[in-house]
Order: sequence, then structure tokens, then C-alpha cells
Amino acid sequence: MIELRNVSKTFTLHNQGSAVIEVINDVSLSVAAGECIALTGASGAGKSTLMRMIYGNYMTQGGEIRINGTDIVAAEPRAVIGLRRDTLGYVSQFLRVVPRVPTLEVVAEPLRAVGVSAGDAEARAKELLAQLNIPERLWSLSPTTFSGGEQQRVNIARGFAHTYPAMLLDEPTASLDAKNREVVLTLIEEAKARGAAIIGIFHDEAARDRVCDRQIDVGQYTKGMAA
Amino acid sequence: MTPLLSVDGITKRYGSHIGCADVSFDLYPGEVMGIVGESGSGKSTLLNCMAGHLAPDAGQVVFDTRADGPRDTVTMSEPERRMLSRTDWAFVHQHARDGLRMGVSAGGNVGERLMAVGERNYGDIRDKAVDWLGRVEIAADRVDDRPTTFSGGMQQRLQIARNLVTGPRLVFMDEPTGGLDVSVQARLLDLVRGLVRDMGLSAIIVTHDLAVVRLLADRLMVMKSGHVVETGLTDQVLDDPQHAYSQLLVSSVLQV
Repeated sequence: MIELRNVSKTFTLHNQGSAVIEVINDVSLSVAAGECIALTGASGAGKSTLMRMIYGNYMTQGGEIRINGTDIVAAEPRAVIGLRRDTLGYVSQFLRVVPRVPTLEVVAEPLRAVGVSAGDAEARAKELLAQLNIPERLWSLSPTTFSGGEQQRVNIARGFAHTYPAMLLDEPTASLDAKNREVVLTLIEEAKARGAAIIGIFHDEAARDRVCDRQIDVGQYTKGMAA
Repeated sequence: MTPLLSVDGITKRYGSHIGCADVSFDLYPGEVMGIVGESGSGKSTLLNCMAGHLAPDAGQVVFDTRADGPRDTVTMSEPERRMLSRTDWAFVHQHARDGLRMGVSAGGNVGERLMAVGERNYGDIRDKAVDWLGRVEIAADRVDDRPTTFSGGMQQRLQIARNLVTGPRLVFMDEPTGGLDVSVQARLLDLVRGLVRDMGLSAIIVTHDLAVVRLLADRLMVMKSGHVVETGLTDQVLDDPQHAYSQLLVSSVLQV
């Protein structure tokens, strides 16, 4: 489902003496449907960078990244947008939303984008928000004023609303209490059971051992590069 | 899929000075494209060339018309182009007073576009106008007031209602949130985002506000001195800019 071949990445800082920083060198990996793999490595090893490359958020200088057959490195922006809408989900560490939009709409939006009716999308959003213990009185408010943990849970609800066949999870259990951590791990297990291919970054080792089938040390591809 | 708008080699010179040079891109139905760059980079010149307000010195602007399929709007006759800008196109000016008739009531501003496409029943026109004022959050009891009595944010929303009432397929926006205070900006962004989704609109938005394009645009084009220096997915251009100028632009934004 997710296939990386000889992927590498450099940052060129044109306004800082054109410094060239090599961050990822020759990564190859593949994730099958129903499988969850963890990216590990010290802080600065390039875990998030690699994940952002897979999402098409960062440019990839060499190699190919195939999601369900489409090479995101070479694809037109329009194809990447389509892939993100239908196939590839991403739960980032931060929630980014248009101010003023109610939480319920924020969570339902990915479903509306794939053509689910307003009623069905809202029903699913309510179910997820309840599951993640967001109090019902907050659903009609914009999440911009919520606490960090609440925003993180809204972000997770949004990320799991549509059943993407491929998912990227950047620290999904960070800043969550035990009860909500359990809910998130269950969501991940359910996604695996329905056949989603998942790549995750977990600093929470117990969570990692529970949901991940394999671990890949990103540090081995960046040896000597990380500060 | 046929692009809704296909721009090829658009060039505009002001004497020896370059307005914009050799700009090409395709815009597909439902896509929102942002154009960013500093003042004087040629963004507005390009927008005005595409919207038929300025005649480019070279290049084509091919629009997929409802009746005849793809047509070059640069070479089509003036009446045809005017018809397009009354029906399938909309243009939202930075200053609402450039896009409104200030001496005519709010309802009249919206109704006028409807009459221009042949609606004649006064009751229907008024009902539609009131409906649209509601969609842009202007109270129905202000329908007979002139825009001169409106605040800047209300005028901008009225301009959007006037432009969208005829159900256009492509909207050109020139700094739509420029000069508005931030709470009004947020309201406008929310409104535009909803309209784009619900009406399946395509839009081209010129702005120098990177936060606006991050929230509204699928794709981004960065201009400098009349040239396009970088294009790509909005979040990719903003998070991992490749060109020296884009890097400077992104790193110059003050953090709140």
C-alpha cells in the first residue's frame, strides 16, 4: 500500500549562505494493508521529515514514494490532492482550522469531501467526538480556543472520520490521559483490522509495542547527519 | 478532465517594464489557486489579464464555456467576454466600493446582476437578494439601505453576494481580506470556504497574506518581478519552499 524506494531529501537554505543539509539518504520500505510500522530514532533523526515527505508536504529530491500505486514524488498537485482526500490520511501534531468553524463541522469535513451526505457525516463526527470524550457542549464551538489535549483529540477524530486505506500518525497519543490514549489505540487497532496501512511515530513505547508490527530506525539512514 | 481555465504564456508589459511574463497554468473545477508575492510582483496585473480587465501582450486564457467548450477569452469579442463576466465569472475587488454601486440599495446591488442575466420578476429578484444577504450574514432589514451605510466588512460581504448570486463557476479575488480587521477576515474566510465547497466553485485568489492562502488555496503560485518562481501544493510551498525568494517570503512572516 505504501512503498518507498531509494528516497532521499536535502534542504537548501538559499538565504543562509546556501547551506545544503542532507537529512534522509536512501530509504526503502514498504507497508502492507493491515500493517502498522513505527518510525523510531533520536530527536532530529528525520522521523517527521520522512512522514511529511510521504504526505507530499515536503519535496523529495530522489527516489519514489508510491501510495496505492501513485508516485507522490512525481504526481501533479491535483493528483496529490485527490490522494489525500480519498486514500491517504494524516494526523499531525497540531490542529489547523479556519477560525469560527464549529468542531462538529471540522470533524465531518473529510467525509463531506468524499461525498458523504451532511447527515451521515455529522452522525459519524458525533460518534467519534463522544468516543474521544469531547463534551457535547463544545461541539458547536470552534476548537481554536480548546485546550491542547482537546485540540489533539479533535484532530484525531477528524483524522479517523474517513476510513483511509493508508494513514500517517505523528505522535497520536502525545498529551493524552490514560483513558483517551486507550480510545486512540483502539481506533488504530480498528483501522488495522479493516486493512489500513499505517506509519506512525510514537514516543510512547508501550503504545508502540501494542499497535506496531515492525519498527524502522530512521537514524540508520541519517547516520552522521543528525546533529 | 478538461481544465476550467487554461492559461498559456500570459505576458503584459508596461512600456519597457514587465508586468507579468510568460505565466502558464491549468485550473480544474473545484480548485482554489492562490497567487502570492510582494507588492509590485505582478499578481494583480496577471489577475486582471485573466479576468479580461487588461489586454495581455501575448498568451491565451482558455475558459471552458458552458455552450461552446474551451474558448480563448483574450481573442473573443468584447460582448462575449462581457457576457462571461456577468454569468460564469465573478470578480471580487480589494476595495468593495470598486465592485459595488454605492448609490444603489444593497438589494439593488444583488438584484442588478440577476437582471443582467434576464430575470425580470421583481418579487423573485428581491427574494433571491434577501436570501443571498442572509448567506453572507447581512440582516434582511438592511436590504433597502445603501452600502455607504455599511461597515467595510459588510461591504465586502455584499460584494461577494452580488458576485455569486448568478452562480458563477470561476471567481477572481484580489486581496479579498485586505484592509479588514482580523475578526472580520476570519468571518470572510469561513464564508468563502463554505461557498467554494457548497457551490463547487473554482477560485483564483491574489493576496500577500500567507495565512489566508494556507486556509483557502489548494495550490499556490509565488511571483517575483513579474515571473512565477515557484508553484505547487499550498502546504508544500509554505512548509518546504524551494526557491530563494519563497524561502525569504515564508521566513519573513511574523509569528503571533
